[in-house]
Amino acid sequence: MLDAAAKALEHVEIGADYRRLVLEAPQLSAALAPGQFVHVRVPALETSALRRPFSVFDASEGRVTVLYKTVGRGTSALNGVKPGDVVKVLGPLGHGFPVECDGEALLVGGGYGVAPLHFLARALKTSGHRDVVAFIGGRTSSDLLAVDELRALGVDVRLATNDGSAGVKGLVTDPLDDELARLREEGRRFELFACGPDPMLKAVAMRANGTGAKGWISMDRHMICGVGACYACIQKTVRGNSRCCVEGPVFRAADLVWE
Amino acid sequence: MISTKVNLGGLEMATPVATASGTFGYGFEYLGALDYTCLGAVTAKGIRLDPWPGNAMPRHAEVPGGLVNAIGLQGTGIDRFVDITVPHYMAQVKDAPPMIVNIWGGSVDEYAEVARRLTEAAATDECAAIKAIECNVSCPNVKEGGHTFGQDPAVLNRLVSAVRAKTTLPLIVKLAPNVPDMRPYVKACEDGGADALSMINTIPAMVIDIERRRPVLANVTGGLSGRGIHPAAVKLVYDAHRATKLPILAMGGVYEAKDAIEFFLAGATAVAVGTATFSDPSTARKVLDGITDYCERHGFSSVADLVGALE
Repeated sequence: MLDAAAKALEHVEIGADYRRLVLEAPQLSAALAPGQFVHVRVPALETSALRRPFSVFDASEGRVTVLYKTVGRGTSALNGVKPGDVVKVLGPLGHGFPVECDGEALLVGGGYGVAPLHFLARALKTSGHRDVVAFIGGRTSSDLLAVDELRALGVDVRLATNDGSAGVKGLVTDPLDDELARLREEGRRFELFACGPDPMLKAVAMRANGTGAKGWISMDRHMICGVGACYACIQKTVRGNSRCCVEGPVFRAADLVWE
Repeated sequence: MISTKVNLGGLEMATPVATASGTFGYGFEYLGALDYTCLGAVTAKGIRLDPWPGNAMPRHAEVPGGLVNAIGLQGTGIDRFVDITVPHYMAQVKDAPPMIVNIWGGSVDEYAEVARRLTEAAATDECAAIKAIECNVSCPNVKEGGHTFGQDPAVLNRLVSAVRAKTTLPLIVKLAPNVPDMRPYVKACEDGGADALSMINTIPAMVIDIERRRPVLANVTGGLSGRGIHPAAVKLVYDAHRATKLPILAMGGVYEAKDAIEFFLAGATAVAVGTATFSDPSTARKVLDGITDYCERHGFSSVADLVGALE
């Protein structure tokens, strides 16, 4: 772990309220694994403001890229970061996804939850894993992020939107269930990897648990320290009250307890 | 060369800067993000006999100038703490700073027993980093124990005496800020045999989500910490210092050297960085550097000379 002084290289809007921030942080970039996160000190906020956690879209060539949605005071203030600005970035933090998969890798993402799945997809592809299918869902087509980037990696991408403006009209679990049925018919093995809103994560975890497949679920909880020191970001698991920041953010589906 | 050494009721600190309980885990979590050589001590999160699950989520809310939390003292019990946690801290942290262990319990007997176990452990190589006990009688976030012992001087005296009887380690008592007059509580600690005081714990607080018309915290209320409580803490340290010769470990909104120096001038022997670590893990380093700069500028050869040096 280090607290890097990272220079912003690029900060662009990528539709609706989503932005992509590219930071120059060579040591951090080399150390990050898919599913881990970084804790960012937002320069425009008062110095006593808490940091904001972000999952990592990509870490390569000395760069760390995050995708985020502007949802509150912290992310609104982050909007003002310009290329050349220096941002303090603490990381790598938490336990990420395993970069290996027995059978087909089924990636399920919603909204900016796609970010760590993109990092994972690239790592799986780089390590020679061929069968990677990504299921991306959102309210409407502008909520579907990283579709082109995933396709460029050779990932088979299936889309779903609530309003039918892109892909299947419905939930992301609709195309996922079609694929699960096909895999079951063919007797093929698979693992599930998910990041997104809680109801989606629960639905994916239930499918992993129901089929006996491994499921890797990236949870998002409000955090303070990001390093396991404060015990604010609790996720209930079979082990009790687990800290999302160090025992997660990626948990085994079988370990999660839903309330 | 400015001497940064201080003695907090028998606890020898290489620097007057510690970390505050609950903000620094069990000491090793911030490795890599902070140069530990700046720390005179780390304070471990509250320990009781058995593991404790803490409160429901949400456990915190950010507010202007600080943070309201109701973690509820989630923590490992004494067995795991002495068998695994402290040895791990000593193995991970090179030249590990002395550890102050914050303790709490549901009864006077529980406090005393935890103190006994820690004292026993501190005599072993594996847990030699344990150098002091901080008795928490002021956590606002647990119904049982915690603050109930800090709101009545007679009860507090009984607790401190019982813990004193079971430990030879320096005994620090962490007092509640929300009392009308500190003096009877300070006296209760003195008479009970405490070696030092620490103050202040968080100030009872509440945040309401007006859209949902519900408390933000699952625990309904919590404790306010951070920049906003600093002047209140300075005043209480000032009051306590005038009432006692016991050394004081001061905490509450230490973000920069100026905050620490105010505490020294008001009468504190050492300070602890708490909530500020969350925004900037290297706060303690910056605070220490600023303290030595100040000593140089003002002609103090030792940080200890600042204590109570209010004109």
